[in-house]
Amino acid sequence: MHSDRAPLGLKIAAGFGLAFMHLPILLIFVYAFTTEDKSYQWPPPGFTLKWFGVTWGRSDVWEALALSLKVASISTVIALVLGTLCAAAVSRTKFFGREVISLLVILPIALPGIITGISLRSAFNLADIPFSFWTIVLGHATFCVVVVYNNAVARFRRVSGSLVEASMDLGANSFQTFRYVIMPNISTALLAGGMLAFALSFDEVIVTTFTAGQQQTLPIWMLEELVRPRERPVTNVVAMVVVLVTFLPILGAYYLTRGTDTVAGQGK
Amino acid sequence: MNRNSGPLGRISDALWRKPSLLIFLLILPPALWLGIIYLGSLFALLAQSFFSIDEFTGQIQYEWTLKTYGELFRPSNFDIIIRTVVMATAVTIGAAIIGFPVAYYAARYARGKWKAVFYLGIMMPLWSSYLVKVYAWKLILAKEGILNWLFETLHLSWLLEAYLSIPIIGGNSLSVSATGTFLVFLYVWLPFMILPIQASLERVPVSMLEASGDLGARPSQTFRHVLLPLALPGVIAGSIFTFSLTLGDYIIPQIVGSSRRFIGQAVYAFQGTAGNIPLAAAFAVVPILLMAVYLWIAKRKGAFDAL
Repeated sequence: MHSDRAPLGLKIAAGFGLAFMHLPILLIFVYAFTTEDKSYQWPPPGFTLKWFGVTWGRSDVWEALALSLKVASISTVIALVLGTLCAAAVSRTKFFGREVISLLVILPIALPGIITGISLRSAFNLADIPFSFWTIVLGHATFCVVVVYNNAVARFRRVSGSLVEASMDLGANSFQTFRYVIMPNISTALLAGGMLAFALSFDEVIVTTFTAGQQQTLPIWMLEELVRPRERPVTNVVAMVVVLVTFLPILGAYYLTRGTDTVAGQGK
Repeated sequence: MNRNSGPLGRISDALWRKPSLLIFLLILPPALWLGIIYLGSLFALLAQSFFSIDEFTGQIQYEWTLKTYGELFRPSNFDIIIRTVVMATAVTIGAAIIGFPVAYYAARYARGKWKAVFYLGIMMPLWSSYLVKVYAWKLILAKEGILNWLFETLHLSWLLEAYLSIPIIGGNSLSVSATGTFLVFLYVWLPFMILPIQASLERVPVSMLEASGDLGARPSQTFRHVLLPLALPGVIAGSIFTFSLTLGDYIIPQIVGSSRRFIGQAVYAFQGTAGNIPLAAAFAVVPILLMAVYLWIAKRKGAFDAL
């Protein structure tokens, strides 16, 4: 008989799964306060706040952070524009090549990052484009489009076409309709998509290793520290801050898309 | 007052009368961006896999040849491909086993507050920093780290040592063993498996499970003959992610793992220090082909509806 209480075995297995996903991240928080600076000793011999000060004074961390924020902001803006345009076109009508466009948007994230990375790198080499801030942005924007697109296309489908027609009937032109009718309906989806795109770009390392020259984004800095550790406590602190910072957009995106069952005109 | 006057109004009218023009204008910027930057680069790369490298001068010879693809079948290179595919398969199976109960509980039993806990509990690890997750495992698997400490405290060090002495999956310590690589892959890609399974389970009507029970099936039979077949498209959809992501990754085996290379590392090494772009490109084609076959099978099993 099927009951509404979960069997004990399932509860334990589900609890184990969740614990497996979260305990390693929590460990980062402990290590940020350890007094040990030569190894990854457990349990930590003592706790200190010293490393926060040391990290604060490190200019290379600040530069990497600034570059990451700049890249993520610009990539997000580009992805927002391209993703929204794409979603608007695909959701409105059926047209020739529609499936191809959806595939094209998803491809950069469906294929392993190393393929996107190496193809961009060899293309830059072939075209004699020197590596710069913009080559990083180029790569990031390409795979961020899909996140915005996914969020926007789901919302566009729910915005009723009759709302747009009503707006036109009442004398608004296309631009006014876009500004006053479509925008308010899709804005939270765009915000959520933008936040996720930002988080994706902020965290990206595989494509970036191929499209960045000498410049270091925060993930590249972190990768260097992972491969050749210099000052472990600083890495610990940076790791903890990154965890905290990425949680905010995720929580934000969650609250923005949570109540979207009630989009205006949905009943039609 | 006529609002539709002026240049803006005329453009607006034109767009309304010709929806195809509107669609064209909407689709043009993203199509150009992805078509030129992304597809252009991708084809440039694929084209290079048909070139070869001169073994004496190290220069790329721009003549069409399949020689580079032939090199993939040399034992040392073919081993890399086999190793990567085995690892990707193991990670996929492991993720399905650990992920299924989480997805099942979240889809069927979690209500109200717990629903939110499970949602965020799956989304947080999915979206938190990839490198931080890898770093956390470096801390866990280190010789002086928490896992060794745990085995020591429980007086089970002998068990760990016995395990590490097994060839292929063992090694000097967990952080330089294939088992370590497996654990990190499993950890990092697990949320990608859970979400599609959860989505497919949420679509199974409760009445169907009740009907199975009413007809005399034990819970295990209901699970085996009703729930599992309905959840299978979700599992396959999840496996697309875990499989593809493992195939292409080169950072995890570099940080946690033995010196035996995976496809991603081979691509990275051949295009970088070795300067053998054609062979790197040919290696990059392997995951593309594998994924194409995989996606084709998945599509036939109806996995795309569960995405």
